[in-house]
Amino acid sequence: MSFENNDKAAGYWRENLRLVLSLLAIWAAVSFGCGILLVDILNEFTFMGFKLGFWFAQQGAMYVFVALIFVYVAKANALDKKYNVQED
Amino acid sequence: MDVQTLTYLIVGATFALYIGIAIWSRAGSTKEFYVAGGGVHPVMNGMATAADWMSAASFISLAGIVSFVGYDGSVYLMGWTGGYVLLALCMAPYLRKFGKFTVPDFIGDRYYSQTARTVAVICAIFICFTYIAGQMRGVGVVFSRFLEVEVETGVYIGMAVVFFYAVLGGMKGITYTQVAQYCVLIFAFMVPAIFISVMMTGHILPQIGFGAELIDAAGNGTGVYLLDKLDGLSAELGFSQYTEGSKDMIDVFFITGALMFGTAGLPHVIVRFFTVPKVKDARVSAGWALVFIAIMYTTIPALSAFSRVNMIETINGPDSTGVPYETAPSWIKNWEKTGLITWEDKNNDGNIFYTNGEKNEMNIDRDIIVLATPEIASLPAWVIALVAAGGLAAALSTSAGLLLVISTSVSHDLLKKNLMPDISDQKELMYARIAAALGVVMAGYFGINPPGFVAAVVAIAFGLAAASLFPAIIMGIFSKTMNKEGAIAGMVVGLLFTASYIAYFKFINPAANVSENWFFGISPEGIGMMGMFVNFAVAFAVSKVTTKIPDDVVAMVESIRFPKGAGEAHDH
Repeated sequence: MSFENNDKAAGYWRENLRLVLSLLAIWAAVSFGCGILLVDILNEFTFMGFKLGFWFAQQGAMYVFVALIFVYVAKANALDKKYNVQED
Repeated sequence: MDVQTLTYLIVGATFALYIGIAIWSRAGSTKEFYVAGGGVHPVMNGMATAADWMSAASFISLAGIVSFVGYDGSVYLMGWTGGYVLLALCMAPYLRKFGKFTVPDFIGDRYYSQTARTVAVICAIFICFTYIAGQMRGVGVVFSRFLEVEVETGVYIGMAVVFFYAVLGGMKGITYTQVAQYCVLIFAFMVPAIFISVMMTGHILPQIGFGAELIDAAGNGTGVYLLDKLDGLSAELGFSQYTEGSKDMIDVFFITGALMFGTAGLPHVIVRFFTVPKVKDARVSAGWALVFIAIMYTTIPALSAFSRVNMIETINGPDSTGVPYETAPSWIKNWEKTGLITWEDKNNDGNIFYTNGEKNEMNIDRDIIVLATPEIASLPAWVIALVAAGGLAAALSTSAGLLLVISTSVSHDLLKKNLMPDISDQKELMYARIAAALGVVMAGYFGINPPGFVAAVVAIAFGLAAASLFPAIIMGIFSKTMNKEGAIAGMVVGLLFTASYIAYFKFINPAANVSENWFFGISPEGIGMMGMFVNFAVAFAVSKVTTKIPDDVVAMVESIRFPKGAGEAHDH
């Protein structure tokens, strides 16, 4: 066991799950939400020459995906340090 | 120099490069053969993953599909990129910490069961073979169009090259070759896209030009936006609106989901995250992979829209009544020779005309959009040659990655872990090479004699990965109570549910394959997402009424959940 005690291990995992779930909520919101379910409503708006819903489906969702992974990398590495379980 | 000489030169140079890299980086041990020694830099690994991922289908077909179906094509764009978020957040770091070589390794150890391992091996081999047949076919098509050799000869040349560097170099050779192949294919894809974006909108970035105002030949704005123009043309010719598509929302939802979860369950992608030195690297490597993929995937829909407008305007002329066949641009006649464009002068006016419905006179194969773009836009000959080299790079890199999974599954998961546990490292390496060689030959056979249902089979591969491997891996990491009975039952039921639904509508009763007959309006392409839910539900139900999992497995699950100690985990 690399954690100081079981509480720390549970705490690390709880924080990790919260991070992953909140990022996945954004992941679902931009793709399944804006790109599919809400596409007709968003298409009423124009953005840089695109109908907004169409832009999410063919451009925006992909940009957000890339950003999400890098946010996750930064936050997960910071979390490892906080609980002192990073690699040497 | 003419196009053909240039194509021979550029394709020849890239092949020489791949073989040179293979000789320089050949594998000496099973660890190098399976996971490149676990020492690949994360950015390099990201690039190799991107090349592995972007197949002949992505390079050649995807822009064509989006061009013809508009908004409906978004399922592939979001589906084939969104899966990487799942990989990065929910799988890559934990599987890297687990620290062995293959997906069946993880499933076999986590569910303490040879049966689970065997089910996973069968899924992995089946998924990879489905894919690879299509790749070899792609190699053949590129050769026959650009080098004017027989499709069979093209397949043989492709087999020889892949054989050389996959069998010799293993994962190490493949990884470094894929880095080179990524550079070739992305350059080949971006050059025509940028050219055409500048010509039509004046923007260098196709992603911006996609939403911009069209310009005329003198470079002045016309006040008409590309997408409005496209919607206008679609309405005029009787197609559904480009930006709205024609599929039902529920089907779009489920197909996107099946492709996303399927991506995260594909063994040849997952195994890439075993090749980096640290857990931290596995996380960021998935990010880099998606950056490199997104460069192409955000360009694809832009290229689709440009080509669509260009194609309709070239064929129908300024007044939308068609242009005389005699004065039609040469690309139409070039592609007519391959049979991928056909013209039937229905009203005998001598004009070519493209529209929806009975009056349409042009039959245009979707696959030519990317390959013909340089000709449609009258780009220089070297760009055409470059696109041929790019298509080959995409097909070869994906084939090699898939072959490696097949050979690893046979030598490591089947022989070493099942049938002959006592063989030495050198013996195992030899069997891995033999399996890779046999894999090349079988792939070549399917490339020359393609099963008539390649496109249908690709849907199966994603659906099955989503319904079988993905849930088993996720539960293995995020649940400490999921036992072997639950996981095996989930995989088997998910697999059978999905496979039988697809088999019924695609092979047994294709006539019934219309939305009225589908389960909740979900097409066979999207049923994998439903199969995933079935898998989760069955697994949890079964695990509630069967035995508890052993304490050492609980300890293993706890240990993969944090990064510290990943190095030690690897060396055993």
